Amino acid sequence: MTTHDFIFDGQRLQARPSGALFWPERRWLIVADLHLGKSERMARRGGALLPPYETQATLDRLGAEIEATDPRRVISLGDGFDDDAAGMALPDSVCHALQAMAQGRDWTWISGNHDPGALNPRLPGQVQAQMDVGLIFRHEAGQGPDVSGHFHPCLRLAGQRMRCFLAGTDHLILPAFGAYTGGLAIDDPVLRALVPAGMAIACAHRAIPVPVTTQAAPPKPTRTRRRA
Amino acid sequence: MTLPPRFQDWFTRQGWQPHPHQIALLQATGDTLLIAPTGGGKTLAGFLPTLVDLAEPHEGMHTLYVSPLKALTADIARNLSRPVADLGLDIRIEDRTGDTRASQRARQKIDPPDILLTTPESLALMLSYEQAPRIFGGLRRVVLDELHALAENKRGDQLMLCLARLKALAPEVTVTGLSATVEDPQGLAGFMGGAQVIDADPGPDPDIAMLPTTNPAPWAGGGGHYAVRDVLAQVKQATTTIIFINTRAQAELFFQAIWAANDDNLPIGLHHGSLSREARQRVEAAMAAGELRAVVATGSLDLGIDWGAVDLVIQVGAPKNVKRLVQRIGRANHRYNAPSRARIVPANRFEVIECTAALQAVRERDLDGDPRGPGPLDVLCQHILLTACAGPFDADALFREVREAGPYRHLTQDDFDACLDFAATGGYALRAYDRWQRLMLRDGLWRLRDPRATRDLRMNIGTIVEAEMLKVRFRGRGGTPLGEVEESFAATLESGDTFLIGGQTVRYDGLRDMVVEVTKQPAREPKIAVFSGLKMATSTQLSHRVQALIGDPSQHDKLPPDTAEWLALQGRVSVLPRPGVLVTESFPHQGRWHLAVYGFAGRNALQTLGLLMTRVMEEAGLAPLGFLSTDYALLIWSLDPVTDPAPLLDRNALREGLGDWLGRNAVMKRSFRNVATIAGLIHRNLPGQRKSGRQATFSSDILYDTLRRYDPDHLMLRITTDEARRGLVDFDRIEEMLDRSDRLDHRMLDRVSPLAAPLMLEKGRVPIAGQGRERLAEAEAAALMAEAGLT
Repeated sequence: MTTHDFIFDGQRLQARPSGALFWPERRWLIVADLHLGKSERMARRGGALLPPYETQATLDRLGAEIEATDPRRVISLGDGFDDDAAGMALPDSVCHALQAMAQGRDWTWISGNHDPGALNPRLPGQVQAQMDVGLIFRHEAGQGPDVSGHFHPCLRLAGQRMRCFLAGTDHLILPAFGAYTGGLAIDDPVLRALVPAGMAIACAHRAIPVPVTTQAAPPKPTRTRRRA
Repeated sequence: MTLPPRFQDWFTRQGWQPHPHQIALLQATGDTLLIAPTGGGKTLAGFLPTLVDLAEPHEGMHTLYVSPLKALTADIARNLSRPVADLGLDIRIEDRTGDTRASQRARQKIDPPDILLTTPESLALMLSYEQAPRIFGGLRRVVLDELHALAENKRGDQLMLCLARLKALAPEVTVTGLSATVEDPQGLAGFMGGAQVIDADPGPDPDIAMLPTTNPAPWAGGGGHYAVRDVLAQVKQATTTIIFINTRAQAELFFQAIWAANDDNLPIGLHHGSLSREARQRVEAAMAAGELRAVVATGSLDLGIDWGAVDLVIQVGAPKNVKRLVQRIGRANHRYNAPSRARIVPANRFEVIECTAALQAVRERDLDGDPRGPGPLDVLCQHILLTACAGPFDADALFREVREAGPYRHLTQDDFDACLDFAATGGYALRAYDRWQRLMLRDGLWRLRDPRATRDLRMNIGTIVEAEMLKVRFRGRGGTPLGEVEESFAATLESGDTFLIGGQTVRYDGLRDMVVEVTKQPAREPKIAVFSGLKMATSTQLSHRVQALIGDPSQHDKLPPDTAEWLALQGRVSVLPRPGVLVTESFPHQGRWHLAVYGFAGRNALQTLGLLMTRVMEEAGLAPLGFLSTDYALLIWSLDPVTDPAPLLDRNALREGLGDWLGRNAVMKRSFRNVATIAGLIHRNLPGQRKSGRQATFSSDILYDTLRRYDPDHLMLRITTDEARRGLVDFDRIEEMLDRSDRLDHRMLDRVSPLAAPLMLEKGRVPIAGQGRERLAEAEAAALMAEAGLT
């Protein structure tokens, strides 16, 4: 099994190694921070000309998740587009691919700080500020319990940096799903304040749970080691 | 130009005679390259024509001096001020480095000094100003100091591109290169774009020998600690000694060992690139003031200010490279006409052979060095973008100008066009940026689409891409800074681990705000002191000498008796490696089969060979478990024996492995990061930008993987692969090894051979495990869960 099932706010949820969250009871698939059109936005602003393939790479991965879970609803948890203009400028091929993925299911775009405006009419689904079904889905963590994105949490495991879910009592924070997205370490004060204790789930070759404790650094296991 | 009487008088008043090379440089008409040993009055020689010129009035900047070290510019300014004052010359000399105040920089744009002292990066920055034609238009002379050091890396390539620009702006300019002794002066002159070579008298032969030690060198290891007391005895007899050690970690350990034996409390300092700038400057100042009897140093002291009092150099560990050894010996230059004194301390038995071979090479003045490859294209991409910062340019004119630069004299139109396309559009197969091109072609000239981009581009100037470094500080408010370690090293530390930095053992407490916090832990033996992953490989020529020495028993009387006996035993039990033959051995040891390959190709190439050969062994079902590489040999252990190594050393299979398997290797990703940063695809993490940590920049690995998947022919990947043939991956030396080995000589043995025995003791074993990373992560997570009482 490569996924990790856990309980948050009384609901059984499934963390997937891709960074997507699946809610089996409702068959909802939730992804955060796709940042589609990021390279285009950077170029527009006179920055570096990054390889313009990240939108395709993100869509390829999202398509695979939809195929694997066949969700009734897909929720993009904000910052689906790197900015509103990037959303509007998406090439037709990308819009068609998203239309095809949305075929036969509901699709919700939660607004994020990068994409507060209107939705590109060539795209499927509706925009909502947040979604409250007992459990609240929003872009940035607020009054919990809620499921959110925004911070791009990351952790280090065996010397490797990887994206992760971060789950406490009040907040479940998803990793960024987009390809060119950085990350914020889970021991950063901002994330520590939101989730002082609980669990992180690393997105490795499988979803690996790791405890998050209130100490300054997670306790390290003692290993036997040859003396250098 | 001849030496005017007032200059001749000045020399006489100092009690000096001008050196012949100083006069020769004055009389030369075109570009020149002066090859002179340390202490040969090189700098004065370089400036003499300028001073003579400036005895007459001149408008604007007359001479530009470029040095690889900021510290050197300040030193030169001081040294020049004396003759200038003595001669009553009205000359303004200023330096311009990253440390120069903004107000002074602004003034230098409007009112440049007569002589400007700067670094390659600051020169590149100045050339990107719109005002560059005015600043440099009247330039008469350029002096390039320590050119041998600059020519070793991309800083030199960038400098040569800038030089071509300067020559276009100031057609009257004359260039003088100053260099320490090098193996190929004509090659270096070609690097400058052509110059007349002037050789200074190299001075008397150095007094150089192995340091006699009380105990013989150990079988393996690299520390040289067995000789600490012998080294101390030498330090005691000399006035000032520099003790060179190859790596920072070894320098730390040796420094600790020498202090443990330093019963007389001789003042001995430590100097290496991981120490904080303050710590290094303290040591340099103490050295200049004559307060130190010795400094334990790494390559950080290879260049720089001459300390006249140094009368002994001790090299601990194999020199790896004859040219560098000679340059280091030259640091003991207390008197120009007295021989430099140097002693070498091999760290182990293999290095005894290497040191003997190196001494022979020094006596025969046979210097080594790899021929330079063509100018790298990532540097050209940066140059094109910076040229656009200065103003619109014509592509054909720029192409012609770039080909005036030595390293780019064979640049093809296709490669230039690819670099220009990268700079303009990103150069992707998917044309995504038609509206947002970085450079636009208008009225036949290329220009920046958005002039605001100049700021980012200028911030990204330079070709030195540092590994991500983290500061190390004592815990607590305002803790003393100790130095820096590589982020990858910090990532391996666990709370309670101990390591050495700045000569003290410290305990790792944690990472806080991107600072490594430590506490003092004097009593404990340090766990590790490894914070620089890069190790220099023994040069090709020196490796050949070592192989030839081993393979020729008639030469073995030149070796210490214990080493000669060891080789004789190898000859009886197995066979001695020798030129023209690639010797391999298979033998069982402790339940594993071992394969030793005596490739003499340097540790980087042999490490790559280890990765490639174990891959083929895995496919052949031989169950390789791991390998290690030294400069001379590769040792692979496996469950099943290798009975015929020929298929493992098949050139085509190895090449195929390089493209396919190595493409995913971390070494390649590191090369890509450097290339992409220099070319301007990704921006450096500047100090202060990382601390906020908020959604920090994504890693360059993601770009690398994306390009490999969606655009495998992209220019950045092509440059990365080209670089992999040299440097860390060093595949060219694997090819060279195969070229010079006419045949294989494979021996099946029933036990470890004498030559292989020391290999068994070496550190740096690389385990082969496809899913090793994953298993490590699983194990660590499971342990954390168990610790937290979860399952």
